[in-house]
Amino acid sequence: MPAATFEDLAVPLFDQLYNFARWLTQDTTEAEDLVQETYAKALRGFSSFQAGTNFRAWMYRILRNSFLSSRTGLKTTVALDEEEHATAVEEHRTPEALLIAQASREMVQQALTELPVPFREILLLCEVEEMSYQEIAETLGIAQGTVMSRLFRARKALRELLLPRLNGGPHGV
Amino acid sequence: MACEVWREKLDAYADGELPAAEAAALSAHLPTCAGCAADILERVQMKRSVAAAGKRYEPSAQFRARIVGNLAAQSRATKSVRPSWQWRILAVPALAVFLVSLAVNSYVSRDNARRQRVYSELADLHVSALASATPVDVISTDRHTVKPWFQGKIPFTFNLPELQGTDFTLVGGRVTYLAQTPGAHLIYQLRKHEISVFIFPDRGGETASPASGPTNAVSFNMENWTQNGLRYFVVGDVGAGDLHKLASLLRSTQ
Repeated sequence: MPAATFEDLAVPLFDQLYNFARWLTQDTTEAEDLVQETYAKALRGFSSFQAGTNFRAWMYRILRNSFLSSRTGLKTTVALDEEEHATAVEEHRTPEALLIAQASREMVQQALTELPVPFREILLLCEVEEMSYQEIAETLGIAQGTVMSRLFRARKALRELLLPRLNGGPHGV
Repeated sequence: MACEVWREKLDAYADGELPAAEAAALSAHLPTCAGCAADILERVQMKRSVAAAGKRYEPSAQFRARIVGNLAAQSRATKSVRPSWQWRILAVPALAVFLVSLAVNSYVSRDNARRQRVYSELADLHVSALASATPVDVISTDRHTVKPWFQGKIPFTFNLPELQGTDFTLVGGRVTYLAQTPGAHLIYQLRKHEISVFIFPDRGGETASPASGPTNAVSFNMENWTQNGLRYFVVGDVGAGDLHKLASLLRSTQ
């Protein structure tokens, strides 16, 4: 079988990468610039890409690193003081399932926008891109244990943004 | 096992990241424990909400044309043109490559011709089904109705993806034939556009080609791949990006 070309591998990721870029930058023009830069860098670096390793994680890593060194990216802080295996033990949250189910798509989108970038990006990679912990670790350049604890904290933060609005009626307070 | 042990593993379970043995043990625990069950429900609900909310932005057609068009142009350019200072160094290997590519090309063009035949036949099936007064023989948006309908009608079975949270809807299905082989023809809808999904047993290239990337045939976009001995074709007049989304959903369900 012939080796896949850059075009074969990269074109199917176009829509997802744009969505991710748009979420990171919160701006259409910046998102387009970021995707364009990502494709240009990836094309140049394609010869150094190891066949058989994860191409998708590689592309996302390029996009994310480009974002972090961009003007908007420099303003966001990625540093989180996190313990690796932060224990995730909590009380059961029985009634919340029903409440969360009532959150509209717009409410969740608004809450995601308000989350700090490290939380927003890890939730997108996990839920939207359906990446495995291993892939997320590769993309973000962190350990798998850190992926788990950061995901836990990101979900907690999202829940804490959503619940008061759901308690306060359909439009929040 | 007590809940405390499980509680810190619920996230990994919902994410499908728990090792199989542990996941099985937790699955057995859930029906006996209302607390953990409710907790999992909340996590799954949250995952679905974020997945649906996160698919929010689509690139503009102009931007897609710019990037994807550039890539296609660049890959054509790297195939044909080399910077002039390199030509002496490259002349000998280039000649060898040229000779090999001549041989490959004649093989590939034969392959291409066969592929084009299959593609235009599938495009015909797609169009004639839509033009028919009864495009589908089983009408249902429920994959659990459509899949069993095919039982006994075609010599294989397949899985259909959950579409909740996506813009796709299932319209229904019918039995179809390609190169004397019976297969399933499913019709999906996306914003008034119909997309056909064809599933045939894979006969090792007899009915199709090795290519699996998005292709354009008679102005329809197509994507095809082989999975678990079945050959899948997705055909429609929607953009390659949307087509790919449906193809990915199908792929991940098999």
